[in-house]
Amino acid sequence: MTGHQLDGTTLRQRTAAAVTDERLRANVTRAVDRFAGHRLTGLAELGHEPAVPGEPGGADGLRRAARAAKQQVLADLPELLERFADRVLARGGHVCWAPTAADARRYIVEVVEAAGATRVAKSKSMATEEIDLNPALEAAGKEVVETDLGEWIIQLAGETPSHIIAPALHRDRHQIRELFVDTAAAPPDLGTEPAELVRFARGRLREVFLAAEVGITGANIAVAETGSIVLVTNEGNGRLVTALPRVHVAVLGMERLAADWAQADLLLALLARSATGQRLSSYTSVVTGTRAAGEADGPDELHVVILDNGRSDLLAGEHHEMLGCIRCGACLNVCPVYRQTGGHAYGWVYPGPMGAVLTPLLAGEEHPEAAEVAGASTLCGACMDACPVQIPLQDLLLSLRRAKAADAGRAERAAWRAWSAAWSDARRYGATTRVATWGRWAAGLAGHLPVGRGWATGRAVPRPAAERFRDRWRAGS
Amino acid sequence: MGRQGRAAYGGAVRVSLLITCVVDVVAPDVAEAAVRLLRAGGCEVTCNLDQTCCGQPAWNAGFAEDAARVARTTLDALEADLDAGADAVVVPAGSCATMVRVFWPELFEVVGDHGAAARARRVGEHTRELTQLLADRADRLPPLRLARPTTVALHASCHMLRELRIVDQPGALAGAIDGCEVADWDGADRCCGFGGTFSVKLPEASVAMADEKLRALAASDPVADELVGCDTSCLLHLQARADATGRALRTRHLAEVLAEGLPADRDGGGAPP
Repeated sequence: MTGHQLDGTTLRQRTAAAVTDERLRANVTRAVDRFAGHRLTGLAELGHEPAVPGEPGGADGLRRAARAAKQQVLADLPELLERFADRVLARGGHVCWAPTAADARRYIVEVVEAAGATRVAKSKSMATEEIDLNPALEAAGKEVVETDLGEWIIQLAGETPSHIIAPALHRDRHQIRELFVDTAAAPPDLGTEPAELVRFARGRLREVFLAAEVGITGANIAVAETGSIVLVTNEGNGRLVTALPRVHVAVLGMERLAADWAQADLLLALLARSATGQRLSSYTSVVTGTRAAGEADGPDELHVVILDNGRSDLLAGEHHEMLGCIRCGACLNVCPVYRQTGGHAYGWVYPGPMGAVLTPLLAGEEHPEAAEVAGASTLCGACMDACPVQIPLQDLLLSLRRAKAADAGRAERAAWRAWSAAWSDARRYGATTRVATWGRWAAGLAGHLPVGRGWATGRAVPRPAAERFRDRWRAGS
Repeated sequence: MGRQGRAAYGGAVRVSLLITCVVDVVAPDVAEAAVRLLRAGGCEVTCNLDQTCCGQPAWNAGFAEDAARVARTTLDALEADLDAGADAVVVPAGSCATMVRVFWPELFEVVGDHGAAARARRVGEHTRELTQLLADRADRLPPLRLARPTTVALHASCHMLRELRIVDQPGALAGAIDGCEVADWDGADRCCGFGGTFSVKLPEASVAMADEKLRALAASDPVADELVGCDTSCLLHLQARADATGRALRTRHLAEVLAEGLPADRDGGGAPP
């Protein structure tokens, strides 16, 4: 099952299909438990001395500071973006302000064409997934290769990422070995040990780095103070993609700004620990401008695509706090729904709790069906406890559900109205909950809901007690 | 409000019981057990039958107006009890207690009823989940002893844990019962998959979540005789899944386990005085 299927399938169909795949569930569960465990260990290392006396210390103190920093960034965003763009230009780079995904795709294809390039190497980037960049480049006749191991795996499989930091976490090493043999001409005697699989991939990807004329990355953080792009990877592919090809294109979600390096430091400390429990990822690469005279590597040409694609609307609306997301994946790793379904069931680019919020907000205009993705949560709150920037994910989901309810069909609205009419009065409540009438009344209401028989899917229907508590209480008085 | 001096509810108090609709209709024994425990702990219990439901199902589904319409009725009933001298509202369900304490003010603000929001804030400040109140009054409860010993696995329900931050009280209360052993199990604080309308909108995912809980329960250490929690809706969900799949499962609300341990001479009964 792959992503990008908001049209034509329902959330229920996708989640129902996902949970029948026992291997998928086992792979996802194993991976998220490992990430979530590492995260707790990594955060625990931070100690408990508050930075400011009277404020909480340790991880919670940092989370609070990071939230405040991101909210300040969002408040100052237009000004910070201008400053960032000025610094990029001053260091010899180009800046493209892309209002839509189509604008971003068009600009990038033009850059690749103008460079006379045929081979493009990519470092993992959710922003380029969001704008569906690879098909556009391929349609223009370009060879595009993902160089992050997980991204390469799903590219070979023709899938979209199932997790924002570990795109192939739904596949185990046996499946990956088979994929390499079937689609990447790996030798049939290739083993299933991770080291062996990685050695094979490294050999193949090294050729790609050396041959590519254009490198495309995302940006984990953009620092306005210096016009720098920060890339966080564990494989070093971000560094190779930005150092070797002649042209570097970075696609930046416009909210991923830090005002200065102090803010960037704070966000990096939380990003790596929240994602994988690492103090710092194996490679944290900083790209500032084009290759200067005397520098050994770096691009001759640098393009930064600042992607709006609905973010300005989001910023102006009541859900603006979601733009504080630093894409660490911690909310996915603790989500009890995600662990059962994996990421593809969410239907678009971003899965898990952050995806359940972002999908309706960013994809909702083009795909009205995206609104139902806000339903992919039990509102258990585990995501809010894990979020390094304390985004109130549950409150945002509730708000999105209210927006969706406003568009609900007449039958569903009528059912809720009948319920509230009855239960806003103790006598009518009493009449509807009498043992003799309860089942008929409830079934009548449920019949008006699109989910009428949902409970009976794999569950017994609880019976009402012979006597309600209020009858016992009344009888005793 | 001289009674606010009893804010910690450690002294002799009058409490108003919010039954909750699920307990009222499906599990009345839970409310009865709650009343017996509260009385045994020195509380005077009132129960205003003008209450209905806290409105949570509609609130979580996005139907705020309908939620507010129902919640207002229960708000009126609870407020009347506080006005009549009750010191606290007590709720034998973590998620309904959360609805009252955390979400009622927001709900009424969302629908533009600022007066109800202000009243809800006052009621919320006086509202306690049952085991939270009992733990505060633990020294007033008689020693609890089970004639038939049991090993329980405790399910930490989501809103109680992550909104109300009630973490240790259920385990402390259960662990203090003579004859009750508390088992360790994996994912005790993971959601059971109920989630109100989530359970009917995405039933396959909901059931998969229940299955993982039930598998973990079977591997508890030591093996639990029963699954015990503080939210009847979670327990009903897991029981319904176990029943449909032929697994033997016993679920009980913690109030029922605690009340079974009451000595006969300190058990005031669950009916009104």
